[in-house]
Amino acid sequence: MPETLLEIKNLKIEATSYPPGEPPRHVTLVEDVSVSVEKGKVLGLIGESGAGKSTIGLSAMAYGRGGVRLTGGQILLNGRDIRQAGAGALRALRGREVTYVAQSAAAAFNPARRLMEQVIETSLSHGLMSKAEAEARAKSLFAQLGLPNPDTFGERYPHQVSGGQLQRAMTAMALCPKPDLVIFDEPTTALDVTTQIDVLAAIKRAIHETGVAALYITHDLAVVAQVADDILVLRHGKKVEYGTTDQIINTPREDYTRALVSVRSIDHAEKGPAAPVLSVANVTARYRGTNFDVLKNVTVDLAPGQTLAVVGESGSGKSTLARAITGLLPPGQGRITFAGRTLSADLAGRTKDDLRELQMIYQMADTAMNPRQTVGTIIGRPLEFYFGLKGEAKRKRLQELLEQIEMGKGYENRYPAELSGGQKQRVCIARALAAKPKLIICDEVTSALDPLVADGILKLLLNLQAQEGVAYLFITHDLATVRAIADRIAVMFKGQVVRYGQKSDVLAPPFDDYTDLLLSSVPEMRLGWLEQVLAHRKMESAGN
Amino acid sequence: MHPVLKLVAQRIALGLLLLLAVSVVIFAGTEALPGDVASAILGQSATPEALANLRDKLGLNEPALYRYFSWLGGVLTGDLGTALTNGQDIAQAIGQRLGNTIFLAACAAVISVPLAILLGLVAARYAGRWPDKLISGITLSTISLPEFVAAYFVIYLLTQLIPIFNPVAMVFPGMGFWEKLHAVALPVIVLVLVVLAHMMRMTRAAILNVMQSAYIETAELKGLSPMQVIWKHAFPNAIAPIVSVVVLNLAYLVVGVVVVEVVFSYNALGQYLVDHVSKRDLPVVQAVGLIFAAVYIGLNILADVISIVANPRLRHPK
Repeated sequence: MPETLLEIKNLKIEATSYPPGEPPRHVTLVEDVSVSVEKGKVLGLIGESGAGKSTIGLSAMAYGRGGVRLTGGQILLNGRDIRQAGAGALRALRGREVTYVAQSAAAAFNPARRLMEQVIETSLSHGLMSKAEAEARAKSLFAQLGLPNPDTFGERYPHQVSGGQLQRAMTAMALCPKPDLVIFDEPTTALDVTTQIDVLAAIKRAIHETGVAALYITHDLAVVAQVADDILVLRHGKKVEYGTTDQIINTPREDYTRALVSVRSIDHAEKGPAAPVLSVANVTARYRGTNFDVLKNVTVDLAPGQTLAVVGESGSGKSTLARAITGLLPPGQGRITFAGRTLSADLAGRTKDDLRELQMIYQMADTAMNPRQTVGTIIGRPLEFYFGLKGEAKRKRLQELLEQIEMGKGYENRYPAELSGGQKQRVCIARALAAKPKLIICDEVTSALDPLVADGILKLLLNLQAQEGVAYLFITHDLATVRAIADRIAVMFKGQVVRYGQKSDVLAPPFDDYTDLLLSSVPEMRLGWLEQVLAHRKMESAGN
Repeated sequence: MHPVLKLVAQRIALGLLLLLAVSVVIFAGTEALPGDVASAILGQSATPEALANLRDKLGLNEPALYRYFSWLGGVLTGDLGTALTNGQDIAQAIGQRLGNTIFLAACAAVISVPLAILLGLVAARYAGRWPDKLISGITLSTISLPEFVAAYFVIYLLTQLIPIFNPVAMVFPGMGFWEKLHAVALPVIVLVLVVLAHMMRMTRAAILNVMQSAYIETAELKGLSPMQVIWKHAFPNAIAPIVSVVVLNLAYLVVGVVVVEVVFSYNALGQYLVDHVSKRDLPVVQAVGLIFAAVYIGLNILADVISIVANPRLRHPK
């Protein structure tokens, strides 16, 4: 008879927000959600941002961020309703019965204290073990999670270890006090795809070996399919579908779940080689005050109206390439030819037309816009600056652009804070488009967006390319995006282009080692994928 | 070389350079005043011959650059010159008063710094609630009160209503430590009241700033009590801004307390400086100015060094 560990019944969560200059607003974040987790089982919570998945996850510790309040229903942990528990009882429960693994371990570790102190802190403060016992347990968890030098790893400070290692250390911290339930809140989302697979495997093994139950929160269905026994699909704080992982992945009942499962439906026919609009030839660059080349002898071409995808993990030099092309980081060697003319290496030496024809869109639409300017001012600025448009002409062009990005009338008076994440990115696209560029550099423009929203942006970009004939240099770490939109691909690794060519060639075997690693690390939407990849890798390394 | 040592060495070297620059400014400032030492000594009715004689005797006819370096050389070897008004050796006169100044400042600091930080932590813990408002209210009213008003109030309270202290804070060489402590109790209380608010508010603000961090949520989700969260997780990351304000207040305790000294007839450096400014005793003014500058710069170097050492990224590089 399986024992129920956590049972949430008809949970209702509300929050009060205080917009400046307006009366307080009450919003219902989560409504009528019921789930249960048996001992030793893993429940996946999945949905887009704002779906309430983190909020529900934290409710298992009776914790609400900011003004969030648990206003209705029951949260039964080991048969006790923790929604009714007092502050002292909650402190006794948090960090002992339920622990938490945050999305960004880099931010969630205290920078001023050693890892070991933080990992064993709860075991000591709750009086669960002696210091020696706790340290021994932490070291064995470090080893279990595949951290290097488990005996001395804890002596380091957070800034001294990598992001993937910190995420594992946070898992060790959550497992150290032997909790009944661990909440994993997007634990691999901030990691590179090649790191994600290792951390995912380590988490899965640790869950399995310690027999702990878990809530696994993510927006990536392919990831959760690898670790969860059951999945709850959420949207706008309500249940969409709740079932076993097998059922959700293979026979989804709801349309929304089906859309999540079959995301990346874009079909893009690859365009053939043509005379380039942008040629980067033998570019080598380093940051000032360093003696290390971040770009080594990079050569790529991009034809008008086509898309060159630059792929690689963080630190591979993708964004530095964009900085070299835009003139923000003048290359030490090499030449950049654009629209038939050689670009000045330095930004100061470029003409107004050079600047106009080469636009950029960033990952964080939020920080790329002035929060105190309206959409109309933001998009109108390049119209004035490059074309001297004023009054009626400017207004007309603005309307055209807003229609092109599929946002209707009325948006020009809104401020960025009044837009959704996808809408913000659309405004940034319109701002780039307003300059009538020949090339737009897109730097991870969909990475911060939910999959369905990201899909919408990619479709928009492809439509605009067909209409305007603009070329894209598309920087991303997401291979699914690359498959969807690229004509050409350059795979970068440690500042070098390790594989380059037409999409059909680059994505076809035989692969070099790095591209193979990259491609095989992308989670696939099927059960048992993780085990299969790991077994395959083990075999290969045994074969070598 | 360890990067921390290198940074610390850099700060100290910069501080010395700054002190040198200050010495130039002090010298140039006293040079720029109308009249000179000779006319100050002899007064307005002096004959031109007498003035010329005295200038010759005091070496005032030498070029300014030469006089600056001979003054600087004297300072470096501990010779601050002699006071014009009474012919006393300045170094000797300052020595004892500096001791008194530092004794008073140290007593005030030992009480006010821990108290301010503790109150700041408590205010941050109960931010927006009554303990926070009470602490902020009291410390703000004591800082808003002019020092002499606070001083007379404290004198009235603790010598008249409850006569436990002496209104005059006289200290003599040869007094025992406890006797001295009893003597300076009143000025110490006044100084504590004056410096408390600034340090308390900075502690509160720095802690509340850190409380926004993700690792504070981690600590809360570990089931730590609010005070444990603040003390173990927030405070270590708030040290740098707190120390910089603490140090400014310490510097004030050394160089800025002349009003309190006067009210309590406490024989220390501030009063000595003001006396000699009014008598236009330039060598004394120069010497005391340089000492005050050295205290400021030295304490600020200390703050920098503490901030550097408190930063784990600098202390333990990758």
